[in-house]
Amino acid sequence: MNDRRGGPPGPAIREIDVATLRETIARLIVEANYNIPPDILHALRESIQCEESELGRRTLEQLVRNYEIAAAERLPVCQDSGVAVVMMEVGQDVHWTGGSMQEAIFEGVREGTRAGYLRWSVTGDPTRMLKTAGGDAPAVIHVDIVPGAAVKITFASKGFGAENMSALRMFVPADGVEAIRSLVVDTVDRAGANACPPVIVGVGVGGTFETAALLAKKAVLRPIDIRHPRADLCELERALLDDVNALGVGPQGLGGRITALAVNVEVYPTHIAGLPVAVNLGCHSTRRLSTTI
Amino acid sequence: MAAIAIDCREGLSEADADRLRAGDSVELTGRVISLRDASAARLARAIEAGEPLPVSLTQQILYAVGPSPPKPGQVIGSAGPTTTARMVRYMPSLFRAGVRAIIGKGELHGDEVAPFLTHRAVYFASIGGLGALLAKQITAASVVAYEDLGAEALYALDIVTFPSVVIIDRHGDNFHERVRAEWAARKF
Repeated sequence: MNDRRGGPPGPAIREIDVATLRETIARLIVEANYNIPPDILHALRESIQCEESELGRRTLEQLVRNYEIAAAERLPVCQDSGVAVVMMEVGQDVHWTGGSMQEAIFEGVREGTRAGYLRWSVTGDPTRMLKTAGGDAPAVIHVDIVPGAAVKITFASKGFGAENMSALRMFVPADGVEAIRSLVVDTVDRAGANACPPVIVGVGVGGTFETAALLAKKAVLRPIDIRHPRADLCELERALLDDVNALGVGPQGLGGRITALAVNVEVYPTHIAGLPVAVNLGCHSTRRLSTTI
Repeated sequence: MAAIAIDCREGLSEADADRLRAGDSVELTGRVISLRDASAARLARAIEAGEPLPVSLTQQILYAVGPSPPKPGQVIGSAGPTTTARMVRYMPSLFRAGVRAIIGKGELHGDEVAPFLTHRAVYFASIGGLGALLAKQITAASVVAYEDLGAEALYALDIVTFPSVVIIDRHGDNFHERVRAEWAARKF
């Protein structure tokens, strides 16, 4: 029953047991690590036709073969099952029951990691100064509160080969769109083979320091067959992809045309004095899986 | 271009190290020792302290990998290469102790290449993100030291026709840098 304390009747509160969330996360982490997203697999297959470098083509064929074997034999596509990134859009009419939402996510990651024979890739203490393992937080969680009573989850296993090569700069308005272009191209160039190309480039522009980074993460996790709905940003995405693919890095840095499969841009209003830009790189096996509870 | 078969049962021979050229595709068969951030740091400390080493590094090939746990019936879980550049600072110690080659992934430039040139070591790169496929080229895996490091323990890995590409050879050529320049110069 709703207790509105005398106010007008509102939408019903939907109760969700956190056990449902735990089970969902445990399933998502395994499935995401065994199956590459279909849009990425499709793009890799297509890219074999476009790659001019023979070594590049052979490399792309090997990547596709790896994904086919991983899916058929239910194996992790990569030993780096990464940091679990959980992006949630939680309806404001949802009420969690049965325990802590955060702990349910952590426990789901632990369960799935064990059940799926995934590598434990998180250290409890990033400073490595503690003698013990430190705290145990095996997931990074981002929550947006949205209208409604549904919970949309985008789960990602973010490997650190590409994550380590990401970048953020606080530009000023006078730097303009050219600053976005230069940071994107420089970041992919500097990353080279280390980010496991062909990469997916997530670009976040606007907000504050941390907004730009989070936007870049959301961008890198957007399916790569979806362009930005704003025509000018869609055009910017295509232009940036051309610029990046002119670098010649190629698959695995062995030379060629297919350095990136997509550049995804996300924007948010920012201060009149600022132009925060973040570039988050995703490897060719950017593992993500979405579901709605 | 056919891959060059390399017998690495006793590590990388002087003759093989000499004949390999940046850009050569190779298939390695024999034994390698795994290496990762934590095990590299511990091994380098032991070398610098003059402590006895848990495994002979003489003309050894080290493979930068932190494998997934094996499923029942598997020799090893997914086992693709990790980024070599993160462990470069330990290379001078490892090379002094006899290591002759590294298998990893990613690029090395400038100061990162220097220890390879100084110690005439060879850098092989395999394809990153090929975990399921490369695991099939590993026929035996056993922990030889540092078991407490989990996936970062030192493993002895028996490999069969393990595919890789020579990136840095003994003649100072850097394949990544050469192909990048070639492809960047071409018209799209």
